[in-house]
Amino acid sequence: METVLGELRAAVMEAHRERKPLCLRGAGTKDFYGESREGAPLDLAGYRGVVEYEPSELVLTARCGTPLSEIETLLAHHQQFLAFEPPSLGGDPTIGGVVAAGLSGPRRAHSGAARDFVLGAVLLGVDGEVLHFGGKVMKNVAGFDVSRLLCGSLGILGPILEVSLKVMPLPREEQTLRFELTAAAALDAFNRWAGQPLPISASAWWSGVAHLRLSGAPAAVRAARGRLGGETLEAAAAAEWWRELRSQRHTLFGDTPSLWRLSVPSSTAPLALEGTQLIEWGGALRWYASERPASEVRRIATAAGGTALHWRGGTAGSRFHPLAASVLAIHRRLKERFDPHGIFNHNRLVAGL
Amino acid sequence: MLAELLPTDCLLSREEELKPYECDGLAAYRAQPLLVALPRTEEQVCAVVRACHALRVPLVARGAGTGLSGGAMPHAAGVLLSLARFDRILEVDPIARTARVQPGVRNLAVSEAAAPFGLYYAPDPSSQLACTIGGNVAENSGGVHCLKYGLTVHNVLKVRGCTIEGEIVELGSAALDSPGLDLLAITLGSEGLLLVVTEVLLKLIPKPECAQVVMVSFDDVGRAGDGVAAIIAAGIIPAGLEMMDRQATAAVEPFVKAGYDLTAEAILLAESDGTPDEVAEEVAALESVLREAGATAISVSRSEAERLRFWSGRKNAFPAAGRLSPDYYCMDGTIPRKALGAVLRAIEAMEKKYGLKCLNVFHAGDGNLHPLILFDANREGEWQRAERFGIEILELCVRLGGTVTGEHGVGVEKLNPMCVQFSPAERAAFFAVKAAFDPPGLLNPGKAIPTLARCAEYGREHIRRGELPHPELPRF
Repeated sequence: METVLGELRAAVMEAHRERKPLCLRGAGTKDFYGESREGAPLDLAGYRGVVEYEPSELVLTARCGTPLSEIETLLAHHQQFLAFEPPSLGGDPTIGGVVAAGLSGPRRAHSGAARDFVLGAVLLGVDGEVLHFGGKVMKNVAGFDVSRLLCGSLGILGPILEVSLKVMPLPREEQTLRFELTAAAALDAFNRWAGQPLPISASAWWSGVAHLRLSGAPAAVRAARGRLGGETLEAAAAAEWWRELRSQRHTLFGDTPSLWRLSVPSSTAPLALEGTQLIEWGGALRWYASERPASEVRRIATAAGGTALHWRGGTAGSRFHPLAASVLAIHRRLKERFDPHGIFNHNRLVAGL
Repeated sequence: MLAELLPTDCLLSREEELKPYECDGLAAYRAQPLLVALPRTEEQVCAVVRACHALRVPLVARGAGTGLSGGAMPHAAGVLLSLARFDRILEVDPIARTARVQPGVRNLAVSEAAAPFGLYYAPDPSSQLACTIGGNVAENSGGVHCLKYGLTVHNVLKVRGCTIEGEIVELGSAALDSPGLDLLAITLGSEGLLLVVTEVLLKLIPKPECAQVVMVSFDDVGRAGDGVAAIIAAGIIPAGLEMMDRQATAAVEPFVKAGYDLTAEAILLAESDGTPDEVAEEVAALESVLREAGATAISVSRSEAERLRFWSGRKNAFPAAGRLSPDYYCMDGTIPRKALGAVLRAIEAMEKKYGLKCLNVFHAGDGNLHPLILFDANREGEWQRAERFGIEILELCVRLGGTVTGEHGVGVEKLNPMCVQFSPAERAAFFAVKAAFDPPGLLNPGKAIPTLARCAEYGREHIRRGELPHPELPRF
């Protein structure tokens, strides 16, 4: 792996010297994600392998090119998992791509986001230096939390070479309940339930039906099921249902030409937006297949105290929700200092950076 | 200039008024600021910040001053901005499960305000009676329940603050995702170097129906460490998992009468929370795992009063150290849990080397050590010995793959060990972050990140993590 690292460092140093933009790439499963892709591809999939994993430490360290499936298989073997349930979108992503995109799956509202599980990261700096941030321990406040800043950075600060993630024990029991509810009633129920000590690990609503997943100690799951009612799904069917949702194989994601991802406070009432919707994360994530103009969708999201991402459709430079000027200024100065010639994933996360 | 911006009762400048602000919880480091500003409104905060920016005067923000690393120590040529008057809980939303608070609100006050709705704010540093949310944001504070419920970074949704230019920024959101880089994450634990926080949106979670503590004795600290690993390996994440060594239990027991086993070399406190059935199941599992791991005695709290009594010793370890000795110095390194036995043995050897006693309390679940080194500042050379003792512990933590600070922050105290943990290029990256938020470098300057010059002065080329990771790279 030293050779692969040497080649990556040489490629970055040359690009920096020659001011030639690079497009960082793992397995390419999220090529569609971001404002636009520019520059010569820098393939990071070859820098791979689990570096360290000790189940009793609850930490796994892997090089960026390690396939997610390899990590999940290893963890499952020790009855552990990545509790943010990273989505696999049409393929097997690399762990570097998972962290760079910072996307989280159905468990997000209850267990936390990808960044909540990042303990450390190694960054390849623009001068070819290998920079370690964070670490392999649960608590660490030495220096700024750059490893969490890299999560969701879409590579604009440089390639993430290695990540250390907090892993969790698999829940011993899991059950999914099904309720026939309107969107408004489901939102009300999701928020009410989330305020009670119930072992909820995921919730979703689609086309008149709410699904609620309970995970944890058998006694807690049993007690919650008794209290909530609803219809219990058969285990295999339930697992498949959540897997489909997590990997976006659900009907809504099928061939919708214009798909929006609205992130709003969970207690927001149903939005007055024309289109077909799927609700996740206890109400905090609202997918909309909608042909309404972008300005209208963004206005509705902003009014609710949230933001809208044009997940599919839209044009380069206008997919992510615009940043406030003061926040954009900090982004610009960070980018200038980490990557003065703009060689890393130019325009991918923020137009012009 | 500030006199024109603030009412007279918002400014302190007389010697006797400045005195109480000289230091935070780490009293060994002191400085007197030029003046103290106590604004009441966000506009006043921005006005003070703008004035400092215009005059190029350093600014240090301060909450309750309970920090243990000198992070809120004033700058001798600067303004100290106290947020003590920002003490209002602006809104508790039981449906969205959030609390919008000002930075001067005390940590425990949030949970008290949320209690009528069956909710609470999870991070619970031992100083939670006094420490403020603004300070928790600055330090990314933890507590005894963070293995299961997370640190401040996991429980803050949004921060509103004033940049050095005097502009208001909002980072994060009441929604779960925000576009762009995660500037909220980097602000949490930034020790007041990036912005002045004026408002915080906190996540509240449902209070578990019940909780029980299992108190376990071991006749060897290494075996107690193995007991911790066995709990995790069994797939149990206790709500709290703490360890104290014999010196620590001996120190607290006469003080709090918690009922600790004074014959044990180490005791573990493991808390289980959830529904009554769930807790019963988990407690039984804990008992069986720990018996297997060689526990010499196990007792389970039978009432809420007893649970709180078991915890009281741990929560009062610092004051107990204060009763035993005129002064104590608290360290905060974190290590991989498996290294626990080795670290405790090394600390024992250091006690002899420096001729000072050390009590060990330990957030065992997340590997965060709090050795309390006892000394007497009035005795010639003892503070210097205590400081060297502490530094040796921290450098050992780094060598074992850990960190110099788990939750107390670097402040002024751990600048030197930071030179050991991070390379020049890594420290340059930290300064790049600092400059992106605060280009003139006026917010809490000189804290948290050591300069190249300081590290050079700190001396001999330190070997990071026991080896130079990239010997081909330049070192200076």
